[in-house]
Amino acid sequence: MTNSTKNTGSELLTVTGITKIFGTLKANDNVDLDVNTGEIHALLGENGAGKSTLVKMLFGSLQPTSGSIQWRGSTVTIGSPSAARILGIGMVFQHFSLFDALTVSENIALSLGESVDMNDLAQKTRSVSQEYGLPLDPGALVGDLSVGERQRIEIVRCLLQDPALIILDEPTSVLTPQEADKLFETLERLRDEGRSILYISHRLEEVKRLCSRATILRHGKVVGACDPRKETAASLASKMVGADIDIVHRDNAGNTGEVLLALNSLSMPAATPFAMALKNISLDLRAGEVVGIAGVAGNGQSELFDAISGEATQNNPDDVVINGQSAGLLDISERRNLGAAFIPEERLGHGAVPDFTLSENLLLARHQSDKDRFLKLGKIALINRAAVKILARKIVEDMDVRKSGEDPDASALSGGNLQKFIVGRELDRNPDVMVVNQPTWGVDAGAAARIRQALIDLATSGSAVMVISQDLDEIFEISDRIAVISDGGLSAPAPAKEMTRENIGMLMGATHQATSDGSASAAGNEEARP
Amino acid sequence: MDLVVIVSVIISVCAASTPLLLAATGELVVERSGVLNLGVEGMMIIGAVTGFAMAQVTGNPYLGALAAIAAGAFFSLLFAFLTLSLATNQVATGLALTILGLGLSGMIGEGFVGQPGIKMEAVNIPFLTDIPVVGKLLFGQDVIFYSSLILVAAVSWFLFRTRAGLMLRSVGDNPQSAHALGIPVIRTRYLAVLFGGACSGLAGAHLSLVYVPQWVEGMTAGRGWIALALVVFASWRPARVLVGAYLFGAVTIAQFHAQALGIPIPAQFLTSLPYLATIFVLVLIARNRRMTLINTPASLSQPFVPDR
Amino acid sequence: MTLFLEKRANYSRLFSALSPFLALGLTLVFGTIMFTVLGQNPAEALYIYFVLPLTDAYLIEQIVLKATPLILIAIGLSVCFRSGNWNIGAEGQYLIGGMIGSLIPVYFNDFQSPIVLPLMMVMGMLGGAMYAAVPAILKSRFGTNEILTSLMLVYVAQQFVDWLVRTPWRDPQGMGFPGTKRFNESAVLPDLLTNGEAHWGTVFAVVAAIGTWFMLSKTMKGFEVTVLGECPRAGRFAGFDAKKMTIFAFLFSGALAGLAGIAEVSGSVEKLDDNLSLGYGFTAIIVAFLGRLNPLGILAAGLILALSYIGGEEAQIVLQISNRATNVFQGLLLFFVLATDTLIHYRIRLEFGSSVKGAS
Repeated sequence: MTNSTKNTGSELLTVTGITKIFGTLKANDNVDLDVNTGEIHALLGENGAGKSTLVKMLFGSLQPTSGSIQWRGSTVTIGSPSAARILGIGMVFQHFSLFDALTVSENIALSLGESVDMNDLAQKTRSVSQEYGLPLDPGALVGDLSVGERQRIEIVRCLLQDPALIILDEPTSVLTPQEADKLFETLERLRDEGRSILYISHRLEEVKRLCSRATILRHGKVVGACDPRKETAASLASKMVGADIDIVHRDNAGNTGEVLLALNSLSMPAATPFAMALKNISLDLRAGEVVGIAGVAGNGQSELFDAISGEATQNNPDDVVINGQSAGLLDISERRNLGAAFIPEERLGHGAVPDFTLSENLLLARHQSDKDRFLKLGKIALINRAAVKILARKIVEDMDVRKSGEDPDASALSGGNLQKFIVGRELDRNPDVMVVNQPTWGVDAGAAARIRQALIDLATSGSAVMVISQDLDEIFEISDRIAVISDGGLSAPAPAKEMTRENIGMLMGATHQATSDGSASAAGNEEARP
Repeated sequence: MDLVVIVSVIISVCAASTPLLLAATGELVVERSGVLNLGVEGMMIIGAVTGFAMAQVTGNPYLGALAAIAAGAFFSLLFAFLTLSLATNQVATGLALTILGLGLSGMIGEGFVGQPGIKMEAVNIPFLTDIPVVGKLLFGQDVIFYSSLILVAAVSWFLFRTRAGLMLRSVGDNPQSAHALGIPVIRTRYLAVLFGGACSGLAGAHLSLVYVPQWVEGMTAGRGWIALALVVFASWRPARVLVGAYLFGAVTIAQFHAQALGIPIPAQFLTSLPYLATIFVLVLIARNRRMTLINTPASLSQPFVPDR
Repeated sequence: MTLFLEKRANYSRLFSALSPFLALGLTLVFGTIMFTVLGQNPAEALYIYFVLPLTDAYLIEQIVLKATPLILIAIGLSVCFRSGNWNIGAEGQYLIGGMIGSLIPVYFNDFQSPIVLPLMMVMGMLGGAMYAAVPAILKSRFGTNEILTSLMLVYVAQQFVDWLVRTPWRDPQGMGFPGTKRFNESAVLPDLLTNGEAHWGTVFAVVAAIGTWFMLSKTMKGFEVTVLGECPRAGRFAGFDAKKMTIFAFLFSGALAGLAGIAEVSGSVEKLDDNLSLGYGFTAIIVAFLGRLNPLGILAAGLILALSYIGGEEAQIVLQISNRATNVFQGLLLFFVLATDTLIHYRIRLEFGSSVKGAS
């Protein structure tokens, strides 16, 4: 094991002039990158900058349109992931490349490229996972595992191939702060063994902590290289985005009114085998405040959203109370008519129909709340398309949605612009209650800032806003109070000022299930409420 | 009922079950790879007509069976090209395959209608076949019957004991992940569809060379669809397909015997029995939602277009 | 050589309109090859198939007559398929519609009144709708696969109607042939023209096409149908109930298939016999897709498929080409329609001499 000193290691990987074109989009434009032996090299860039495209080419999942890759000094063609593995390149994917219906061992076996004896493999898996402090049960079904455990599988199966270069794509976006710390220790140890790590992230603090060199991508082009330890988070951010991002303003924090949304001991069974059950969730959301719901992915966020929106209805009318009216038995349209608005996590396929135009997608969410405006002839319900288009145009202007054409399909817009439209579609109604799941997931920095500001402004104007988000920075940026969702249960919300990353991290790892000895959950559910 | 009658009933159940078993086992492999091919009925009838025609021309039913396998596989290629290379809707394309298969077989088989068929004879192993009772059962049936049993065992072994089988299941569970790991999704699915086509072709040959043996237009009479239902019934497990196929075979034979015994129920009602049983079984299985959801290949009938 | 697909940003309105014509063109190309292989002069054969029937008033009327049930059934199917409900049992619903609609003339053969025909039509629609309700209820209540159940019910309906016309409903004076007594005049749908074959069923088909087109393209119900078919999750977000839609779509298409059945029985055969099931319920699937699931497109597509039937009969008479060739044509047409539909969402690219791995 060599204890490498930065930049003295020889060049392991050199990428020269790589370009990748999808249709008319240049995802990578003449990109250069070099990674030395024994360093942790950061690849920085905001959503859509082309980071994932670049590393997929290094791992052989995509083929470059032009340009060359040199590995240990000689030019190579990486035709497939197995070719990359043979060279010694391993990858941990952002959206894990795992199989829910298969066991941990089977998942690992699939990435090894040749036939392996399963017993032998289970043995190796155990020893590697012990050595690096990444505990795994080889016989467990992946579908039953938590996100953190899934990432461990990805890392272990990568390590089993003894790679010289490990690529990690946004590895901490799904981890609690404590889990992230453990990951950093593992990565530092791997570096000290002489391995190289290409670390992709848009989280600047961790890049500053971990990496000795950084390459920055913007709109598919390399716009700079630096030593992140010598930069500030702000200077890195401006390099990444290329412009100053408006800082989100919050003026009237603490100025709250009556309860507009109440959840009263809300419990829901799991709808599918791999879904999460909601356990005894109670929360009061008041006029004028933003409550942030933090949590690691897969802990019941989408189930909570569906339960509040009425996509899944309750059996007890008082489980969900909107604007003082019991709404537990009402469907989503009726809840909208009570003054609530909803923005789901997935834009294409949930919040919008991809092949529908923007105006049709406006009608999707507003056909009942704006019945008088959009529908004619009573029961026949003739659609007044002209009225829908006029309002769609107004929303596009209000939210500064960039698009081509008069009324394009939802799928033709970038993530940020579509999200601005979807947010605008609900804001335009001036809802009393707004529930948003992952408001800026996969959205560029400019659009994200605008969306966050709009949510705060809505609260300032006297509405109640609930933001469910995995992004802790976002939670801290906009919330007045913060609660943590974990294993289908919700912690008691506390004022944002009193919360730290550490105690949120503790709550994220907590289990809310009432245990048999009757001890209260670690997060302290508001179980005593009537 | 004496023993001889019982044995002959069991053998007729085997004969009725074999085409269902073959077609369902093939379709199981296809669906495990994430592809829903509703063209089983069409591939089966193409197999039936090709097998019959080849046997008539060459006088050899075994060549007929081989031709049926090839024809079924070749015919399924049409479905594979559309759904895998052109990413068309699998449900609609499968229907198209069935409609085309029924039409094409009618045209090919027109000259063979009413001709006496060449039956694939049961094997006869000296001594073994002559053992009383079990001899005929175990050692006195046709080759396709034995193939069907070997096939179920082989498919079970392949899916759960080999690396290629693991790859096939991974493609059916999550093609995006499989693609990211470098597993050739489209090629795997092509091979699975071809295998399913070959099995359906052989199933059809069993109808026109063993079970009936004649060429009658539309002679598959919904067996391809029943095979599809069997895969759901079996929750995508080969051993359960075996059980399901024999249950249906038994229902079919029971209905024949009821007709022969002159039970005062109209023949048409008895003929409807296997179809009604299929509906009943589907309802029974669907009520256990959890089991269905866990076992259904997660990407079933979702088109996959790799980015490159 | 490798073929691969490239997703379009906006779906192509051009190819959406063009793909049925491309498919027809490809079918003709294939027909040329097929007739050449069969030793026919392809130009002559195609002329007889697709042009000759249009030159004769009697044959044109035959085409309209043939197109009527196809169009009625396909319009119902378009609502089903658009909403993501795979009703492939229209043949059974057509049969049961024909059978239930025949109840009055069978049991009250002497009853003559202007009310008889409207009652028969309504009962036919109810019969088809009820029969379609079975797979719909099984799907929405238990999650049973509607493709398989609706199809199984076709075989059951065929057996049941076969039993009826051979046993309890058989005309004792029918010389042993299966079939009911001929209906009296007030139970027979009037002809469209004074001396012709086409009957009022055609009017029903045109009215149904226009009405359904209006519903699908102009009203909230049509919007709901499309949303739930394209994107069930977004449909739930919009507040639409997929289970109610399943029931609605099946009842709607069952009713139209039932109407097609009773119109055929009453207007064309004038009694219920064992020849009602001619596979229209399956051919209508082709009609629905060729018409791009648009009721007005289906009007045209129904006429084209009917033309292929009549052309096939002519070709059999003139050239001794098996009329089975018609079925092959129709099956291929559906394949080509589905294949060319790919162009709506994707560009097809061919890559030569590439080392990139991929299938054929």
